[in-house]
Amino acid sequence: MRTVRIGAGQGFYGDSLLPALDVARYGNVKYISFDTLAELTLAILEKGRKKDPTQGYTRDVVPMMRNLLPICREKGIKLITNAGGINPAGAAKAVREVARELGFTDLKVACVTGDDIYDRLGDLAANGVAFKDKETGQDLADIRDRLLFASVYLGADVIAEALRQGADVVITGRTTDTAQFLGPLIYEFGWGREEWNKLAQGIMLGHLMECSGQVSGGNLQVGWEDVPNLERIGFPVAEVSEDGTFLLTKPEGTGGAVTLRSVKEQFLYEIHDPTAYITPDVICDLTTTKLEQVGENQVRVSGTAGRPAPPTLKALLGFADGWMGEGYISFSWPKALSKAKRAAEIIQKRLEMQGVRPEEIHVEYIGINSLWGALAPQPADEESINEVRLRMAIRTGNKRDCEVLAREFPPLLLSGPPTASAVAGTPQPRELMGLWSTLIPRELIEPHVKVIVASSGEV
Amino acid sequence: MARSIRLLDICHARSGDKGDASDISLFANDTAAWELIRRQVTKEKVTDYFRPVARGPVEVWEVANVQALKFLVHGALGGGAPRSLRSDNLGKTFAAALLRMEIETEE
Repeated sequence: MRTVRIGAGQGFYGDSLLPALDVARYGNVKYISFDTLAELTLAILEKGRKKDPTQGYTRDVVPMMRNLLPICREKGIKLITNAGGINPAGAAKAVREVARELGFTDLKVACVTGDDIYDRLGDLAANGVAFKDKETGQDLADIRDRLLFASVYLGADVIAEALRQGADVVITGRTTDTAQFLGPLIYEFGWGREEWNKLAQGIMLGHLMECSGQVSGGNLQVGWEDVPNLERIGFPVAEVSEDGTFLLTKPEGTGGAVTLRSVKEQFLYEIHDPTAYITPDVICDLTTTKLEQVGENQVRVSGTAGRPAPPTLKALLGFADGWMGEGYISFSWPKALSKAKRAAEIIQKRLEMQGVRPEEIHVEYIGINSLWGALAPQPADEESINEVRLRMAIRTGNKRDCEVLAREFPPLLLSGPPTASAVAGTPQPRELMGLWSTLIPRELIEPHVKVIVASSGEV
Repeated sequence: MARSIRLLDICHARSGDKGDASDISLFANDTAAWELIRRQVTKEKVTDYFRPVARGPVEVWEVANVQALKFLVHGALGGGAPRSLRSDNLGKTFAAALLRMEIETEE
């Protein structure tokens, strides 16, 4: 049976640039796929685009391409990424510039668009789309004037189409995480649109690989001490058969571990209902998947059942939702926690004295409960606590409230409980973003592929 | 005689986010542990456990092919990652919090 090898290059915007090099050099792959977009990422990218309209894509695509293109040209490896974020044309242009710098003037870069519906909301509403938030039922009108971006999750078809048109590098906006991996498989094997079980296996492959090192020994809750050579963790590589079954492994000579345990943890990661993992390409039933360890760092994955894709696509809308202000200060033994608690009280009172009434005040004691909040057991006594760092955060509609909060921390060094130290300057206010999602009939969305050669000056 | 053990002794786990919900998977280390957790780590018990930090209900699914339970703890992330004031705005550490839960052995 025919097989194709595909590797993962990045699991999020900000992931290490190094493991993709091992995948390209030693993974024996024909494709490397990158998932760079989490829900949070679009919010971050929108902030960038607001400051500079040429931004709005994940900027590390530039150094990534500079590192990888020389190897990938030599080996004929194609690269697929949703690094376009909310500006795929900008990302494609940046990648063409890198290719020209490297002398690869005939490199074909595909730019996939059609996911951005920010300017089409009126038109879609006129076509009968009732914009209501899936979770809360909230109407779009409530957030319309604060709307920052609106993107539809596109599936793998349009990536396969870009490959059919000869692309060496495929840049998309909001295509799904899993589509980065399923797209090349549809192209290679010519899987039909209704071969649901094969498509489901392709989605499963994408799901297992989209978080890079999280399937090959990273973030392992139990047994992490025994994972070898994490500093050179191997990102996942899969050898996929035409029938959709695949062997999950990693490049020879790399660190990390591909075990039943590491694969299982990623298998159910963030999938919600395991009987219905919904994607634009197929609905997968994860309760049917079979995982088998068949060798060292080799897990075979088969059997995922698929059902027809939904008639709708999910759209994610982000809207401005106030500001977060923060402050930090540390206290040492003795009674570090009591001192930090007293400092928090003082800050709260001083906010009140200045008429600042945030929508929410969040108090954390780093070293005690900053990660688990009220789930963290209280320390039995204070004697064993060497130090505590107080973090306070507020949510407010008024950016100036954040500045008032931040300014209240440094005075505690002289006028608060003793042994105060390490005030983090005055942290800048951060704009918060709300997310809102809805379903849109897929016939109303028109994905578009444009392949441009690097030498072209075309925008 | 029954004794208390922590889930950490017989399970592994991973957590992430979807909107304002913490999405937690709990994996039994072996079949004996699987039988124990599917009986004892109930929706009610997990709802009570996360109540101090979660405003919403808890959903649960059994995933027998990997001997795992999937929990969705709603309203646990301070409104969702991009608007949360929490340091752990993605709930990455809630898997460990669940592993600290105690259950009774059934010997």
